[in-house]
Amino acid sequence: MSKKIGVIIFPGSNCDHDAYHAMKSVMGAETEFLWHKESDLSGIDLLLIPGGFSYGDYLRSGAIARFSPIMNAVVDFAKKGGPVMGICNGFQILLEAGLLPGAMLHNEKLRFICKDVHVRVERSDSIFTSRLSKGDVLRLPVSHGEGNYFIDDAGLDSLKQNDQVLFRYTDAEGKITEDSNINGSVDSIAGIVNRQGNVLGMMPHPERAMEKTLGSEDGKVLFESLFSELQIA
Amino acid sequence: MSTKTIKEPEVTLDLAIEHGLNEEEFEKIKEFLGRTPTFTELGVYSVMWSEHCSYKNSILEIKKLPREGEQLLVDAGEENAGLVDIGDGLACAFKIESHNHPSAVEPYQGAATGVGGIHRDIFTMGARPVASLNSLRFGSMDNPRVRYLLDGVVRGISDYGNSFGVPVVGGEIYFDEAYEGNPLVNAMSVGIVKHGETASAIAEGIGNPVLIVGASTGRDGIHGATFASEEISEESEAKRPSVQVGDPFTEKLLLEASLEALKTGAIVGLQDMGAAGITSSSSEMTARGGEGMTLDLDKVPMREKGMSAYELLLSESQERMLIVAEKGREQEIIDVFEKWDLNAVVIGEVVEGDKLTYLKDGEVKAEIPADSLVLGGGAPQYEREATRPKYLDEVQNADLSAFNHPKDHNEILHKLLKSPNIASKRWVHEQYDTTVRTNTVNGPGASDSGVIRIKGSNRGLAVKTDCNGRYVYLNPRRGGQIAVAEAARNVVCSGAKPVAISNCLNFGNPYKPEVYWTFKEALGGMGDACRALSTPVTGGNVSLYNENPKGAIFPTPVIGMLGIVDDIENHVMTPGFKNKHDIVYYLGAKRRGLGGSEYLKAIHNATTGDAPELDLDFEVTLQNVLLEAIREGKVNAAHDISDGGIITTLSEMAIFSGVGANVSVKELNGSIYDVLYSEAQSGVVVTVPREEARALEHFLDSKDLPYEELGAVGGSRLIIDEFVDQSVVDLKESYESAIPKAMSQ
Amino acid sequence: MYKAKVNITLRKSILDPKGKAANHALQNLGLTAVDDVRIGKFIEIDIDAESEEKAHEVAEASCKQLLANEVMEDYSITIEEYSPELK
Repeated sequence: MSKKIGVIIFPGSNCDHDAYHAMKSVMGAETEFLWHKESDLSGIDLLLIPGGFSYGDYLRSGAIARFSPIMNAVVDFAKKGGPVMGICNGFQILLEAGLLPGAMLHNEKLRFICKDVHVRVERSDSIFTSRLSKGDVLRLPVSHGEGNYFIDDAGLDSLKQNDQVLFRYTDAEGKITEDSNINGSVDSIAGIVNRQGNVLGMMPHPERAMEKTLGSEDGKVLFESLFSELQIA
Repeated sequence: MSTKTIKEPEVTLDLAIEHGLNEEEFEKIKEFLGRTPTFTELGVYSVMWSEHCSYKNSILEIKKLPREGEQLLVDAGEENAGLVDIGDGLACAFKIESHNHPSAVEPYQGAATGVGGIHRDIFTMGARPVASLNSLRFGSMDNPRVRYLLDGVVRGISDYGNSFGVPVVGGEIYFDEAYEGNPLVNAMSVGIVKHGETASAIAEGIGNPVLIVGASTGRDGIHGATFASEEISEESEAKRPSVQVGDPFTEKLLLEASLEALKTGAIVGLQDMGAAGITSSSSEMTARGGEGMTLDLDKVPMREKGMSAYELLLSESQERMLIVAEKGREQEIIDVFEKWDLNAVVIGEVVEGDKLTYLKDGEVKAEIPADSLVLGGGAPQYEREATRPKYLDEVQNADLSAFNHPKDHNEILHKLLKSPNIASKRWVHEQYDTTVRTNTVNGPGASDSGVIRIKGSNRGLAVKTDCNGRYVYLNPRRGGQIAVAEAARNVVCSGAKPVAISNCLNFGNPYKPEVYWTFKEALGGMGDACRALSTPVTGGNVSLYNENPKGAIFPTPVIGMLGIVDDIENHVMTPGFKNKHDIVYYLGAKRRGLGGSEYLKAIHNATTGDAPELDLDFEVTLQNVLLEAIREGKVNAAHDISDGGIITTLSEMAIFSGVGANVSVKELNGSIYDVLYSEAQSGVVVTVPREEARALEHFLDSKDLPYEELGAVGGSRLIIDEFVDQSVVDLKESYESAIPKAMSQ
Repeated sequence: MYKAKVNITLRKSILDPKGKAANHALQNLGLTAVDDVRIGKFIEIDIDAESEEKAHEVAEASCKQLLANEVMEDYSITIEEYSPELK
């Protein structure tokens, strides 16, 4: 039986169709939408939590979505080692749900930022980056108002000790500069995994960089890595 | 306006005048009703007959615009937006609309609700919005109030549009003292729908239930429609409470719920509640269907207690819609809206006859023939007095040779690139989500127009908003022509065929004969160009009374142009230089005349002369030839010559690519100031690989299109004869830094 | 009925860019006595509880579970009695 990808829709998700298109049409994988009120994830092999403004993000990004019925199932799925990828608002939801450590603040300059940025791959032994090498630089779009990753010093030490930082914002050469940290994130962090390595949260949008017509295909390699690790057709 | 403390006042002529109606109109209302209107009825007529809803002072001129074309699927003005066939069984719904007055007093919410309103117009047609554009005008950036307005408007658009999840793919921003105190905020939405899945804004079928869906109704924006029809005065600042607040999250739910509810097939018609809320949606839908409607206002979900019929009917609470359902199938619709946590409540039904009846507390509060309220029915239509403004002779005959031109073109060039009208708007568009929905091929700033691909098709759409108000001020007719011609040329430069326009007509007070003359002339010019270019008008919006204590704004008929890219993989064109050694060509009309130029404004602080030259027949030829050249792969970059003249065009091509060029403009003949800075129309710069240059020349010769070889791409400097020699890095610095610097003051 | 007034601010150690921007603007306006500005959220919750302690417990739970994110935010609660008809 072929493997199946689930894309969760919360009220206010707005990259759900993009994630679906990226999985179904670009990667050619069996993909289905999962409404946030569902609680059954059986048959799902990879979960995507797409970007957007769940519940308007009026209180805090992701704060209300984590109480949606499906999130209990997501936590179980993740605890059992199921691969989960939260992009942008999906990352924020994973933080609020406690599946990843830390929190998101408003961008340091207090403005929404939408542009292409560079991120450096910090590990190649994760299921999300197995087709990449450490130090590779990807060009990916960001689009967020609250992407300023925060974690206290103890938390940061723990992240580093467990090698949980997967992506950092850099310049095109892979160097961290004052300008490259676009939103003020602690230690230029753009994406992290949990200790087990099966849950990824990242602010840049790989699903928006999958086709040459749209300017960049750099996001595709993350899914190619995942698909080969998970043996998704 | 506070009504909660008052008992219904007696309806008199004075009260009608206070509601913005005149004596003649008040008499007409009494005639329609056969009696004096109730207070509620007076409120209903006053908003429906306001300029905003009735187009009473503009509709006679609008009707003269060409509104027919093979690809148009609905008649202009018939539905919430225009609908154009784009092939592959798909149609494009698009419209541009203003939110000027609300934005002048509360820039953040004014702009946000403007974005919300225009998207609702699109998805109530059954189309999913896929792209948006914003056309903005402000006073001088030196004014701190202007910077406050710009910041608020951009945040409003950003917060609303980003959350709603539609990419901004283009637009334009102009700054001129003429817009001081009365900024223009025009928003355009573009949606896609399959043929046969479109929805109509009609109420028909006796006994069919009428539902209100979406947000609850509060007291917001009562009399917003009449407010939008008044000049901005110092008192308008005090009108703040009537500005509505937007809720993009609810709008997003409303979008998904509406498209899902339409799929049930249980919807007969639906309409957005924009200006004048329940009143306008119920009366317009009813008038279209030719039957009657009865609504029980007690059933409307309310956000505040104790609202009167008057307030419920006139409320402009956002994110609401009116739906007529097939009798017996309303529950299917309610289920969908409940899934999305939205209200959906039956508040009435379609009835026999032609009357709209509004009940509250068991009493009939208003009973009005629907047709008497609406545009095309009983709403008044006026031809106003028109007088040619005196200033036109003065500016058109101005002696431009009297200007003392500075010698250093390098210095002029940097000043032009730093002019906020030319400088990069990156500071603005990086605050907008430009890539959500994964369709954006050319986003804002990257191309002469925004380009999106259409999933499941080889085609794409190129969209552009355009209008140089300075040209329209200097020569209303030609300015109107140029607005259309330039928008079309931009779309062609991106590789698309222009097919139709929507327009947003921003003018001053129509009761001033000089303003009305300008309005007529500008529309006449638009009509000329639309006919020549075969781009009919599909609809749009009129915003009058754009004045401040110092006078009217520049007349600004903003054009929203829609073009179709036949082959998204191969036809999309961008303006940046491509490869070293590519040959640079100028295609088009003679570069002459400095009237209305950014050069005169930025260097001499003058707005004078006649509008730039334009020969519409030649323009059509140029666009056809250029599009053919692009489609056949004969050029690899194309950029329109507009604000700042050819010197700016060449600089931008270098800045966008980071590569320089060495060119000569001497063969273009004429005074060097004309050649470099003229904004004469019908000119583009293209590049072509050296080995294909002769083939391009043969092609252009065969089409009899005038062209000139200017030089070659390469190096890190832009060199134009002995006039300009600048590093691309420095040009880029001027171009990119101007607006961020101004905004960080 | 009780009304809980909840103040949520970023934890002291965390940079508050909004507060910083406001502070900067106030300095520019000549209000140089302003030393620091912190911007947070103010939330009112109407609580139907039998005692002030119970109301406080409900407010506390609301903050812990949803309203505040303790990774980055602190909160404080004050409880007042109130009669709904005075609303």
